Amino acid sequence: MLTIDHQLCAACKLCLNNCPFGALYFENDELKVNDLCTLCGACVNICRFHALHIERKQASQEELASYQGVYIWMELEGEGTSIKPKKVALELLGKGRLLADQLGQDLVAVVLAGQNQVDWQELGRYGADRVILCQHDLLETYSTDGYTQVMCAVITSKKPAVVLYGATPHGRDFAPRVAARLRLGLTADCTSLEIDEEKQLVQTRPAFGGNIMASIITPYNRPQTATVRPNVFPTPPLDETRRAVVESFPVTLNKAAIRTRVVETQFLDESSQTSIEDARVIVAGGRGCQKAANLEALRQLASRLGGVMAGTRPIVEQGWIPHTLQVGQSGTTVGPELYIAVGISGAIQHVVGMSSSKTIIAINKDPEAPIFKIADLGIVGDALEILPILNSLIGEQETRQ
Amino acid sequence: MKIVVCVKQVPEVTNVQVDPVTGTLKREGVKSILNPFCEYALDHAVRIAQALGNTEIIAITMGPPQARDVLLRSMELGADRSILVTDRKFAGADTWATAFTLASAIRFAIPDFDLVIVGKQAIDGDTAQVGPEIAEILGLPQITYGIEVVVTSSGRHIRVKREVERGYEVIQAAFPVLVTVSKGEVVRRAPSFQDVLDARKKPVQIITAAELQIPEQELGLKGSFTQVVKVFPPMEKKSTRIVESPEAADAAHEIMAFLQERHFLP
Repeated sequence: MLTIDHQLCAACKLCLNNCPFGALYFENDELKVNDLCTLCGACVNICRFHALHIERKQASQEELASYQGVYIWMELEGEGTSIKPKKVALELLGKGRLLADQLGQDLVAVVLAGQNQVDWQELGRYGADRVILCQHDLLETYSTDGYTQVMCAVITSKKPAVVLYGATPHGRDFAPRVAARLRLGLTADCTSLEIDEEKQLVQTRPAFGGNIMASIITPYNRPQTATVRPNVFPTPPLDETRRAVVESFPVTLNKAAIRTRVVETQFLDESSQTSIEDARVIVAGGRGCQKAANLEALRQLASRLGGVMAGTRPIVEQGWIPHTLQVGQSGTTVGPELYIAVGISGAIQHVVGMSSSKTIIAINKDPEAPIFKIADLGIVGDALEILPILNSLIGEQETRQ
Repeated sequence: MKIVVCVKQVPEVTNVQVDPVTGTLKREGVKSILNPFCEYALDHAVRIAQALGNTEIIAITMGPPQARDVLLRSMELGADRSILVTDRKFAGADTWATAFTLASAIRFAIPDFDLVIVGKQAIDGDTAQVGPEIAEILGLPQITYGIEVVVTSSGRHIRVKREVERGYEVIQAAFPVLVTVSKGEVVRRAPSFQDVLDARKKPVQIITAAELQIPEQELGLKGSFTQVVKVFPPMEKKSTRIVESPEAADAAHEIMAFLQERHFLP
């Protein structure tokens, strides 16, 4: 429950203006709370005088069962009316549909956005039963505080059984804050999700740099929350006949609640084309490419195959390519149709970021390179000699047609 | 200014292997090191201290008694003193219980901190959750994945350049604040012989569960919301066609044929 320390309260009313549920009021100059309170924590977070405190107790089995529905945070990209869900959000709708069916519950898409008019019923085509639409000018741009507050309000008032986020920079930024505020378990970077016989969500993730897999449950409280790696689940097939019911969720958000300010953004040219996350074909270089100039052959091959070039952490650290093109543990997880690994030994930190690629070709001088273990076609040889020949072969074929 | 840097002792993961029979980690002979992202965190802290002057850097870790090693290392790398939060009751903590314990210890031992810097993630768990969870518990704004951390000329704000998918953004927040960092422009320095000698003279404060006055059910495994039910080695991959030491031209033809066979080329 919410407790108010009247000694500390300065009656500034910031909490009152920031409460998403209108649960706080003043009576005889004293702050009071009514039954509308969902314990979302927005007031505690905005209070500058530490006058508010929430006591959270562990839920009983019956209470746990009362939490229903699989909720997916729809991370958006683009601007204005052309905003659309990121690929990982759609992948999660696909996986979420399966989980919701197993639980016999609804699949709900949670949209946090500005005031743009977009037909969110469309999310039904990807499997959503309902859309919870949270619109506010302050949600137009991502902020940790704003997104945390609104997500907490949705969770505490709707009481879902499962909440999933894409393990993107933003998802990994605010999911732990939501979890900590509501005292929820959170499993990071899941690569597999299942429902067990007790209807619990079993969350499986790599640990120790991908050397082991761990399956994790959240037995004591709800919702069970997890961030999920992009590109591990397929984008669901479209069901054109399906429409989701859109429910507008009232958002209360105060500028004072957002304590960070974006002062500058720089988008890099190379990645503003196709991001490596969405690419169908990736040609990736590693230390074996020897110098930055040699990457030109990889770029050429990538463009001939309609793909993009990427690389490993060592070549990013050499400054040969920007970090936005880094595949692996500390970079981006990719899962293209075709991944060509050039001069990459296959350190586990790299492999965890690309092992879900559908087809893998590896070229490396060292026959013992671990990359060969996961390749469909492995060429033991010098890529710097092979690639120019391959490029001209493809070029010749193009001119013949 | 007081800067708290949270650090973690981790196994050097490139060496970790799973016993195929028991499914548990083979820990023998695996070296323990200071998590590399924590080294970057220390380096960012040292740079701020050099720019501002009159700054104290305090390294803090939760772990078993031998985690003292990474505190020594942290002090070699520039921390002025350090705190070891250690107790058997902390064992088995998930990210929440870890963050709760560390946040409690910071509040207890360094209540007047201005800035908390943590590495973006540890290379054993890779969750990247403990930083944001500490920020939430301490009621701080957070900026994650920073690669450049500077204090503005007014001295009241921090300005952080952070990595996002399409490039960079620069975010500003007022103190006190928590920042998680990755490498950026930081160059890891090897400590000098003098640094090593000096580190041994710097104090290590020990804090146990009793001092933090947290109920036992909120600590370690008992205080964790998540539970590991199974650990197993990752799946082995499919069959591979390996072509050894061919002539470069043969290899190119081989790849060409493969690309056509799989319909990546007409």
